[in-house]
Amino acid sequence: MSLSGAKIIQPLCIRYPDMPVISDQAANCNTTSTPFLGSTRTLRRIQSVSAAQRRPASAIVAVADVVKEKKLKSNKNHLLTKEEGLEVYEDMILGRVFEDMCAQMYYRGKMFGFVHLYNGQEAVSSGFIKLLKKEDSVVSTYRDHVHALSKGVPARAVMSELFGKTTGCCRGQGGSMHMFSAEHNVLGGFAFIGEGIPVATGAAFTSKYKREVLKEADCDHVTLAFFGDGTANNGQFFECLNMAALWKLPIVFVVENNLWAIGMSHLRATSDPEIWKKGPAFGMPGVHVDGMDVLKVREVAQEAIGRARRGEGPTLVECETYRFRGHSLADPDELRDPAEKARYAARDPITALKKYLIESKLASEAELKAIEKKIDEVVEDAVEFANESPVPSRSQLLENVFADPKGFGIGPDGRYRCEDPKFTQGTAQV
Amino acid sequence: MAIGVASFNLLQPVIGNYFCLIDENMWGIIRQNVGVTGGLSSQGLGNHMMRLRPVASAMRNYSSATKEMTVRDALNSALDEEMAADPNVFVMGEEVGEYQGAYKITKGLLDKYGPERVVDTPITEAGFAGIGVGAAYHGLRPVIEFMTFNFSMQAIDHVINSAAKSNYMSAGQINVPIVFRGPNGPAAGVGAQHSQCYGAWYGSVPGLKVLVPYSSEDARGLLKAAIRDPDPVVFLENELLYGESFPVSAESLDSSFCLPIGKAKIEREGKDITITAFSKMVGYALKAAEILEKDGINAEVINLRSIRPLDRATINASVRKTNRLVTVEEGFPQHGIGAEICASVVEDSFGYLDAPVERIAGADVPTPYAANLERMAFPQIEDIVRAAKRACYRSVPMSATA
Repeated sequence: MSLSGAKIIQPLCIRYPDMPVISDQAANCNTTSTPFLGSTRTLRRIQSVSAAQRRPASAIVAVADVVKEKKLKSNKNHLLTKEEGLEVYEDMILGRVFEDMCAQMYYRGKMFGFVHLYNGQEAVSSGFIKLLKKEDSVVSTYRDHVHALSKGVPARAVMSELFGKTTGCCRGQGGSMHMFSAEHNVLGGFAFIGEGIPVATGAAFTSKYKREVLKEADCDHVTLAFFGDGTANNGQFFECLNMAALWKLPIVFVVENNLWAIGMSHLRATSDPEIWKKGPAFGMPGVHVDGMDVLKVREVAQEAIGRARRGEGPTLVECETYRFRGHSLADPDELRDPAEKARYAARDPITALKKYLIESKLASEAELKAIEKKIDEVVEDAVEFANESPVPSRSQLLENVFADPKGFGIGPDGRYRCEDPKFTQGTAQV
Repeated sequence: MAIGVASFNLLQPVIGNYFCLIDENMWGIIRQNVGVTGGLSSQGLGNHMMRLRPVASAMRNYSSATKEMTVRDALNSALDEEMAADPNVFVMGEEVGEYQGAYKITKGLLDKYGPERVVDTPITEAGFAGIGVGAAYHGLRPVIEFMTFNFSMQAIDHVINSAAKSNYMSAGQINVPIVFRGPNGPAAGVGAQHSQCYGAWYGSVPGLKVLVPYSSEDARGLLKAAIRDPDPVVFLENELLYGESFPVSAESLDSSFCLPIGKAKIEREGKDITITAFSKMVGYALKAAEILEKDGINAEVINLRSIRPLDRATINASVRKTNRLVTVEEGFPQHGIGAEICASVVEDSFGYLDAPVERIAGADVPTPYAANLERMAFPQIEDIVRAAKRACYRSVPMSATA
């Protein structure tokens, strides 16, 4: 099957800190007509794209060019320092190596059920999550291992969770699709696509509520909601775009558009495939960015997260990316054109960042190799830890159904009723 | 708190804005005891004004010494007190703010607490139920109102998957102190899509607590308990009970009053037969018990108050005493609350049963609109009486007189 999707994939113009970027992609896209662009232009803010910034399809070239551009005109907010570069690189390598290890473990029978891997999309996770504070929240879908890792959940905890061991981040009760961490503010991990979006919107609502009602003046926590192209057709998505814009909630909606929802091509499922356009329809900026280029993602993320933190409201960011593996480890992945896969494999975000770091002399080959080695060890240690961890005990089956130990609620004295010895005598009356 | 004045003020605008639906046949004996307000129903969308009656019970409050309170006032006061006590509590739903609540349960709260804490939403059940869950993840205590629980079907993914299951999936890291409340079950003439009872559906989900108040005291105590509870609670009210007045004790008016979740109440003690019911059917069961008394059958009526956790201990203890059981509910019969109670009794007290368990439920059809058909689709007092007599092996006429 021919994939006209190729035409959409062009590296995007970057923006400068003082001006929000809006995609000009549509002009290159063969599925939209320019009159549409004309009408939406009024809803968008100024965009500045010069011809010099349009680049051909190869991201590797684009990254280097982007850097040169940035060095000329950017202010120090956007210069990627060596530490930042290495941090992002390490995070992306961790995501990749971890997911590859998951595949291995799955085929060896250590992992089971539904496992959805993130290979190829690391730029989005690292680009966004590495800009967050610990108190900011991340909500994801079932493709959540790398979001949890980027947010700071230890690799050991995630691997044990996948093995179903009691040392996992959710004691083995959640599994691959339900990564929760209260400490790192990872609010899941949802199997139903679209389910995380209202939950993320609620977390953003809490941030605003804490500031305005509970008077915690410095509460500026931001929430990121990650979801895919298929989800962008779901009703809950639109409900939340509306409410987030209506109430100016501090949230960024990040669409990881990898063009495929299991075997359903985005173009076959969506009337207007340009998801970023749905933002302005609800009164928020919609941004399209090349999700295979971590620097571009990071720049867009900086602005979107900054907007949310300043209280200016939500942003919709569409990251065009690609998953190198199938939808899940059970997916034979027969419908995708090998040529398309090859094209994207050539734009591997890790390779791109490595090339950039070396060419701009921010890091040496040796340093990067050292990072790779370190991550290999981390992941192997995680596997060993998970292997040796015990499975949950039988009594764990009935635990944690309720926060309230026996489900009888709280008495007027503020304590759990089941702890009151008089509670179970006879029938409680008024 | 001057109950008389509060009720009277509340009911004054009610007379103007509401359309009282009084169907003599349907309400029969209830009207004698509760007052003429037995059939107050607010039809937000419909215009079925059959007859308008003055609200006599309001005037009773002035003269009598016993305090009475409508269920509506009870819920309103409970919400008010909990919102005053804890700034984390907020109310969200359609029409809860400026409209004062689709059924006026949240009346006055917007003026008192402001629009940040009484949040009017667009028509987005899935969206705002999920927003409530997300807020609860971070420690706020939302009270999400569904205009009726039929609309909760648009949000059921959030009630079950992201609220009920999260504490388990996260192994206790993230609990969800949220309350989903709203009217449940049939009203009067609202048709098939507005009349379903969701007790059985939500009652089967581990991780949820499901409460079904009957009287004003139940409403106050259970709503306060629900709001303070650290887990998701589905609070199933009944539209037709909103306007009914019940006597309330001084203890229940205290702002720290709350009832235990998971404990049933024996409304009427008896020794010949046990009748379990919840919500509106408790009133019917009590009326039926009075009729049965005249025939020499002494019935024990249990007000379940809580569908999950179900108070199996009380039910079984009662059956072991009386040896006969009738379960009453308005929901569909298959896989209903009565089915679960019957199974529980058979498992625990089989040897004590002297007769098969009689299950009374709504008819196994989507609710019809025509008034006489609707009456036949839901249990009436005569049905409870007949079932009780069957369980006591008395001869009874075969079918209802329509």
